[in-house]
Amino acid sequence: MSCKLWRDWVDAYLDDGCTPEENAGIEDHLSTCTACSAEALARLRMKRSIRHAAVEKYTPSDDFRLRIEQTIEKPRNPMAAIPFVTFPRFKFPVLTKQWKQGLWAGAGALALVVIVWSALAMRGSGREQALAQFLDLHVATMASSNPIDVASTDQHTVKPWFEGKLPFTFNLPELEGSSFKLMGGKLMYYKNRPGAQLLFDLRKHQLSVFILQEQAGATPKSMGIATVRQKGFNEETWGQGGLRYVVIGDTNAADVRSLGDLLRAAARQ
Amino acid sequence: MPHFASLYNLACWLTQDRAAAEDLVQETYAKALKGFPSYHQGTNFRAWLYRILRNTFLTTQAGLKAAASLDSDDVTVVEPSTDETPEAILLARVEQATIQKALEVLPMHFREIILLSDVEEMNYKEIGQALSIPIGTVMSRLFRARRAMRKWLAAASQGVSA
Repeated sequence: MSCKLWRDWVDAYLDDGCTPEENAGIEDHLSTCTACSAEALARLRMKRSIRHAAVEKYTPSDDFRLRIEQTIEKPRNPMAAIPFVTFPRFKFPVLTKQWKQGLWAGAGALALVVIVWSALAMRGSGREQALAQFLDLHVATMASSNPIDVASTDQHTVKPWFEGKLPFTFNLPELEGSSFKLMGGKLMYYKNRPGAQLLFDLRKHQLSVFILQEQAGATPKSMGIATVRQKGFNEETWGQGGLRYVVIGDTNAADVRSLGDLLRAAARQ
Repeated sequence: MPHFASLYNLACWLTQDRAAAEDLVQETYAKALKGFPSYHQGTNFRAWLYRILRNTFLTTQAGLKAAASLDSDDVTVVEPSTDETPEAILLARVEQATIQKALEVLPMHFREIILLSDVEEMNYKEIGQALSIPIGTVMSRLFRARRAMRKWLAAASQGVSA
């Protein structure tokens, strides 16, 4: 087959649109033809340049994201004004015939409100401290010569590895169609409690996902998604299904949010 | 929220207008929620979402205008290439802003198929589902889109008005 005909197949080859037999034929030809291999390399570089130029040219604002989340969550939970955020619900005392009892109950509820609001006021600084500790864990992992205990891109290898090592289980996200790649995982401890640390790769950037059991006072308390940027890293944390998730990476906030979205979707399954 | 950032990025590339893109994304999610029972498990969710976004866009005024550029002569045979080697190698070094400009000036059906393939990294089957076209048409349209882009970039790199 002439070079001209082979070149008609180069795009399909680079797009992963050929059969294994076609791939083998093209690779044979490219290994012996300098002109066609240069052409293939140029087209590959063009594909990458296009991706680089267009992939994040437009990023949605946080306001718009919130608006859409509200649109989506409303039908599911009309009580929640903001998605992923669940406000504490109080059981207000039912009025009895004896108004004194009602007053006492009202006073009790008021006291509870004051306590909750005080806790919320203190939450900000506590959360940032806790996230700083997770950032330290992430940086230490990156600096380690042996960063992961189980190295695999296959979620069916990584997830079972944690069985018996953690007092809980979790779902790994479906990464097909996304740019994220699972690298592996390791066991970690936070305040004497075991948790999972998963490593993901995104265009040569590495992100850590920490998953622990939610426990009052032991992990950063947050009622919804909390996002923090510190020392060039973006972090996101939220509670879901009794577990606390923390995502950290040196990528931009949108990438961290995308990985968080995939994890939240997996946890809902 | 699944695929939110990439859907917004695609909407901006389609509409070339952030406000219109926001409306489009909002309407897409609303329609997706409403039509979720019609989504077939096992088929590609991202392609399904993009198809909703695209069909919604095509009902807008800007979309109707863009639709006028849609080809009716898609063929399932890949056209033979010309000798493009020196040009392709030169174009591999084109600056990011020039590539963005080239994408903006391409007709919608060329722009979207390049974005779905090179940016969203969808395979031919997924692109076919997203655009409701057969795989042969995906290949031929992609081929012509890339050729059009290379021509525009070659003209731009030589300082010729494309």
